[in-house]
This record gives sequence, structure tokens and C-alpha cells, in this order.
Amino acid sequence: MTNPTTAVGNENGGVAESTPIAPSGEVEQVVVPRHHLLDLDDLAPAEITDLLDSAVSMLEIAGRDIRKTPALRGKTIITMFFENSTRTRVSFEQAGKILGADVINVTASASSVSKGESLLNTVKTLQAMHIDALVVRHPHSGAPYFISNHTDASVINAGDGTHAHPTQSLLDLFTVRNHLGDIAGKKITIVGDVLYSRVARSNIIAFQKMGAEVVVSCPNTLLPDEWQIGSTLGEETGFGGLKLARNVDEAVDGADVVMALRIQQERQDAGHLPSLREYSERWGINATRMALANDGALLMHPGPMNEGVEISSEVAHGAQSVVEEQVRNGVAVRMAVLYTLCAPGKSIRATNGDEV
Amino acid sequence: MIDPAQGIDKVADVLIKDGVIEGVVDPSSGRFFDGYDVIDASGMIVSPGFVDLHTHLRDPGQEWKETIISGTRAAAHGGFTTVCAMPNTDPVQDSAAVVEDVMRRAAADGMVRVLPIGAISVGQHGKQLAPMGELADAGVIGFSDDGNPVADANLMRQALAYSIEVGLPIINHAEDKSLVNGGVMSAGTVATRLGLAGVPAETETAMVARDLHLAELTKARLHIPHISTAGSIIALRAAKERGVNVTAEVTPHHLMLNDKWVYGLHGDVPDQVGSQSYDTNTKVNPPLRSHEDAEAVIAALDEGLIDIIATDHAPHALTDKICTYNEAAHGINVLETALSMVFDLVTSDRISLTRIIESLTSGPAAILGKDLGSLKKGFSADVAIIDPEAQWVVEPEQFASKSVNTPLNGVKLTGRVVQTIYQGETVFDLSTQSASTGAAVDLGARA
Repeated sequence: MTNPTTAVGNENGGVAESTPIAPSGEVEQVVVPRHHLLDLDDLAPAEITDLLDSAVSMLEIAGRDIRKTPALRGKTIITMFFENSTRTRVSFEQAGKILGADVINVTASASSVSKGESLLNTVKTLQAMHIDALVVRHPHSGAPYFISNHTDASVINAGDGTHAHPTQSLLDLFTVRNHLGDIAGKKITIVGDVLYSRVARSNIIAFQKMGAEVVVSCPNTLLPDEWQIGSTLGEETGFGGLKLARNVDEAVDGADVVMALRIQQERQDAGHLPSLREYSERWGINATRMALANDGALLMHPGPMNEGVEISSEVAHGAQSVVEEQVRNGVAVRMAVLYTLCAPGKSIRATNGDEV
Repeated sequence: MIDPAQGIDKVADVLIKDGVIEGVVDPSSGRFFDGYDVIDASGMIVSPGFVDLHTHLRDPGQEWKETIISGTRAAAHGGFTTVCAMPNTDPVQDSAAVVEDVMRRAAADGMVRVLPIGAISVGQHGKQLAPMGELADAGVIGFSDDGNPVADANLMRQALAYSIEVGLPIINHAEDKSLVNGGVMSAGTVATRLGLAGVPAETETAMVARDLHLAELTKARLHIPHISTAGSIIALRAAKERGVNVTAEVTPHHLMLNDKWVYGLHGDVPDQVGSQSYDTNTKVNPPLRSHEDAEAVIAALDEGLIDIIATDHAPHALTDKICTYNEAAHGINVLETALSMVFDLVTSDRISLTRIIESLTSGPAAILGKDLGSLKKGFSADVAIIDPEAQWVVEPEQFASKSVNTPLNGVKLTGRVVQTIYQGETVFDLSTQSASTGAAVDLGARA
């Protein structure tokens, strides 16, 4: 979790305690008694395990006939989505409501917010209304970090630009753990748009942190320039150990989990791909490719799926698919996150993440 | 006293009378300058006033960011006695009327000399040449669509060819916008970790190469602003060896900073992305490049391949920077920190003091073809006095500039302009400023 003293960049020992945060030029004295979930990179594996353990009981609650607990009664959660997402927004809303919190949904268009001043003012306005948690989806990477500097509510990143989507990773970890037990040592294969996918980035970090081997496969046009197909990334990249397979068959071979990512039409339009048809032929996950994976391997997809493009209908709804389970688990994991951040007397202990 | 134009680097007295340099004489041991006011600059470096070929004064049109008054005051605080005002104002400096307005108001209100730059194309739209003859007659010192590259190669060719008519350089912001593709910082590990769309160095290099060949074709004068990539340096070297009529500038921030500064930890790399990351004050165009690119431009400046230092002083309001990285405006507020930023290259023995002074004074004056940037007899008495030992902490709220957009907030720098004289009058004297207080980030002590 992000260090609560958000005004002070002291996590690395190199910055004086009184250094103001840079963008404003004004010293912000935000002393925050809560914490945020902005990415998984600053969570220790033990904290992730605690969250997943908590989600086990949340899953049971979410499955009851009468789904209501008073755990967050009197708490107010705002979901603030600057990008369309039915699935994630509803998942957070459901999670908050089961826990007894009042959930307010705000839909804002980032394009109408032409200047950050408006984002700043929006946040300050909500802040003035005594909000306990802000769940933020924003098309710009780093937006939840920016918001966390200007509010004392807990900020939960529900997806920022091409940067991170931590609750998606938590639900993916939870789903894999439920089926395969210990994540350490498993081979996780991610196939898709790595360059633009926040799910890919967060999942690489999350599964590696839990001891899994992560392999990705995608067209070279959908990798960062400095990543070379066929190589294993060094520590300096922040994704050390990630393997970039030469082709999709090599990536899927012997995998315990195969994760297909949504490929968007606009990648074709922007020249990243000759056509979705060619993508489907060369990188689409189908029964033939799934046969290369280990027996009992899981097929996952963060949704929404383009059936017939990155994933064939046959496997999307086949025995190995856990796609619907991922959605169900999403509510439980988000309940665990909201409860951990917002319940009275509860908080995830802030760490420097270096005790991993 | 250092005056590269005259090859002087010695202890000396500079005599000023009626706003012009009267002469440079040996130390006045026992000699009494009757009737002169005496400024004791012992232990200091006395340099010609600096000449900045690349300044955004934002006036007319964006006076909440900077004005001719505040921008020239910031220049004086940084030791600059001449600034060349970029034409991306509103209205654009693409007609004699706008240029003459800027010159008239600068002469009346400016604390230092302002030399305007005219637009290459009407409205900086890259479609039709601006009236370059009319602009030259009005007094511009070159042409630029800065901020907007001249994307059309044929228009660039015509601009270069036509510029021979008026004998002034074309200054093209070299950036292939189609390669930028939504990028907001340099491509590389930092961009990938932050999930920010990356701009490859080739975005600049490719257009620098194009411009060099078009300058060769037309035999016109090309000046490359804010050169920042190792690849551009290779192209520049080859062009100069072929005899292409080209000069180039580099900014203090492309010399001193790199893309790691986007993490918001003054160049340190964090274990995790944190709330201080996405420092919007590092967003600038060209973007802060890799460490390797910075090393390449330092070496090129040292050997004289890059001719001069220019600030690309680009003030922006708080609201342009208190936002997400994608939304933030491009630009860094540089005038008041410029000398101190590049002085680090002197104290670390990377580049000689004389070369640094040359690149701030006689170098840009030579590109302008004007009698500036030297303490020769008869030149305007423009002087910058530098305390080489002074250590200070950058506090943007103390800036004379209207804006505070610098990533150096709180950073300790060594070497500082303590007094600036323009046409014989003191326009900045540090000893009369309020004292600095506050905590410092000492980059050197951390290394």
C-alpha cells in the first residue's frame, strides 16, 4: 500500500522529509490515516495472501441468499469512472453494498475534463463531502496517484491508462489459487496486447511476486520498443524475469494458466496489426493451442471477450475456462479490498515493499 | 574575467561608461577610478551577459504565464541580457504588426534586450510561408514555428531557400509527429513502468536528418533548436563534416536531467511507482531523454559540435501542471536556473568554464551576427557576475518569472549569477533579494 504520508517522498531515503510534492509547487500537508490500493507493486506477498484469504470468506458472504453485512455501515464509497466499464463498476458497487456501505456512482468523461484543474476540483469537491473511499477508473496512467495526493479518502485504482489494474490481478490470483493451490512455480502465459494492457502489466507483477513464472506472447508491434522477443527481461526493467516467447505455441507449451487479453479494433486501425483475422490465426487461443498447455490448465480472460478473435468460442465456454468464475471472484476480492481499507480499525500495514 | 570572444581569461577590471564597455584593464593595484562606481567582484567570474536564443515570453496572449516584464526580469535574474522571443504567441508573431508590438513594449518595459523570432508559416500552421521579408524588415533574428515542426518537407525546403533572401536562419523544431503517436515522455524502461506512452528518440533524429539534407540542398542556414538525441548528434556531425551551414543548441535540462526524473525523485529510481511519480514538471518537448542521450549531448557541447546552450524557457501556470501527466503542458521554467544547471558540468570537470561561458555568450551572438556577448570596447555594457562557490536551493516561489514549473524544486545547485548589468545599469543584484530558506536535495551527496 502506498505510504500514507503522501506529501513526503521518503520511501527511498533519498528525498528530504520536507520536500513538497513536485507538481504544485506548494507544500501539501496531507497527513492521512488511511491507505490506498494503487498498484500491487508496493504490496508484500504476505499482504497479498492476507487479501486473498479475506476474499475466501467474502466469497461465501457474496453467495448467500441474503447478501448483506454491516461491516461498512455508515461508510461512503464513490466510484468515479472516467472510462466506460460496466463490469468493474458494478463489481465494486456490488462489493460495497454487500458490505453495507453507501455507494455512489459518478460517471465523468475525461474528454470533458479538458484540464487537470477540473479533475483536481472534482476530487476536492468530493473530498469535502466526507468520502471514505474513491474507486477510480481513468484513461490516463497515474491519475489515481494524482488523486491520492489531493484527498484523504482511500483511493482504489480500478484501472489507470496503460499502467495498472490491481483488483483485476487480485481476482486472477484468487481464481488461480482456488484451482491450483500454491501459485509459486506455476507457468502463467499471457497472450495479447502487452503494450496497451494494464491487466498484462499488473498481472506480470502480481504473479511474479507470488513466485510464478510468467511468459508473454504477442506481435512485436504490441511490445515496448526496448523489449526483445525471445529474451528474458532484466531487473532494471521493473519486470525482471519476464520471458518474451518467440511464438504463441512456445508460450503456451506446458502452461498452467493461459490468459488471453482483449484485442481492440483500434490496434488494427493504428497499424499495430494487419488485421484481426491475422491476429486470430497467429495469436488466438483455440483448442489446438490449449492442448499444448498442461493437463488441467486454466483458461482465463479479463473480459469482455472478442470471441473468434483472441479466444475461440469453443474454449471460451469449454471445460478449462474460468472466465465466469473470474467475474464472480471479482466481487469477493473487491469486498476484501474495501473491507481492509475502510473498516473501522482496519488497515493494511504500510510497507516499503522491500521485505519481499 | 572571462570573455571567450577576445580570448580573455584573467583577473581584470572592466570599465563601463555611458552604457557601453570602455575597456578591460589590468587590476587596479593602487589605481583609483575617479568618478566610477566600483563593483567589487573579487572571487567572482565576470562574464559577458548571456544571450538566449530560445525563450518563450508568452506575451501577447498568455500573460497569466509570463509577460515581457516578468520574463525579462527572470532573464536578468539568470544573467541573461538578451533573449530571443519565440513566436508561438497569440496572435502568432507572423506579421510585422505583432513583431513591432513586441519590440515596442520590450523596449519600453523590458529589463533586458528582446529580439523577436518570426514564424516560418502563417499562424504556425505549416501551410503557407509567413511574410519573411516583412518580418526581417521588422527586426526578427530568425524564423521558427517552435512547438510545431514544419511537417511538410517541401514547405521546409521552400522556407530554407527563401531565407537566403533575408540572410536569417531557419529554426525548425525537429519532431516527426506521426512517430510521437500519443507519446508523452521518452520511450524506455521508465515509460513502460509508468504505463506512459513513449516517444522514441528517432522522432527527433529522423527530422533532424531530413532538415540537414534540405539545408544542404538549399545551401541555407539551419539552426537546430533543443537537440537532444545521440542519433541527432551523429547526423549533425556528418552534416558539419560535409560543410552544411548548420548550428545547434542544447538546453540545460537535456544536459542535466534524464527520463528517470519523471519518477519525481530527482533522478533516483524507486522500487515501486509512488505518489510522487508522474512529476508533470518534467514534461517537456523534446522529452527528457535517456542517460545515454544526455551523455551524448554533453560530449557534443564540449567539443563544440553543439554550438550553444539555449534555455527553451517555457513558463506554464499551476493549472497546466496540477493534473495527470497526459494532460500536463510541455515546458520547463529555465531562465533563473540555467547557469547553475550547466555549472555542474564545470564543477564536475566535464566541460571547461570558458566553453560554458562561450556557449552562453559569444556563441549565440555569432549565430545572431550581432555585436553582443562580449566585453569588447564599444559593446553594450551587458555583464553577468557569477559566484562559482555559491550554493543555493531552488525555490520556485522566489522566481521572478510568473510561473514555477521546474522539476528542480528543492534541489541544491552550485554556482550562481549574483549580479546582472544591462547597458551599464544593474538589473539584478542577489544581495538585495530575500534570503532563501528551506530544505534541500543534494544530488551530489547522494551519488
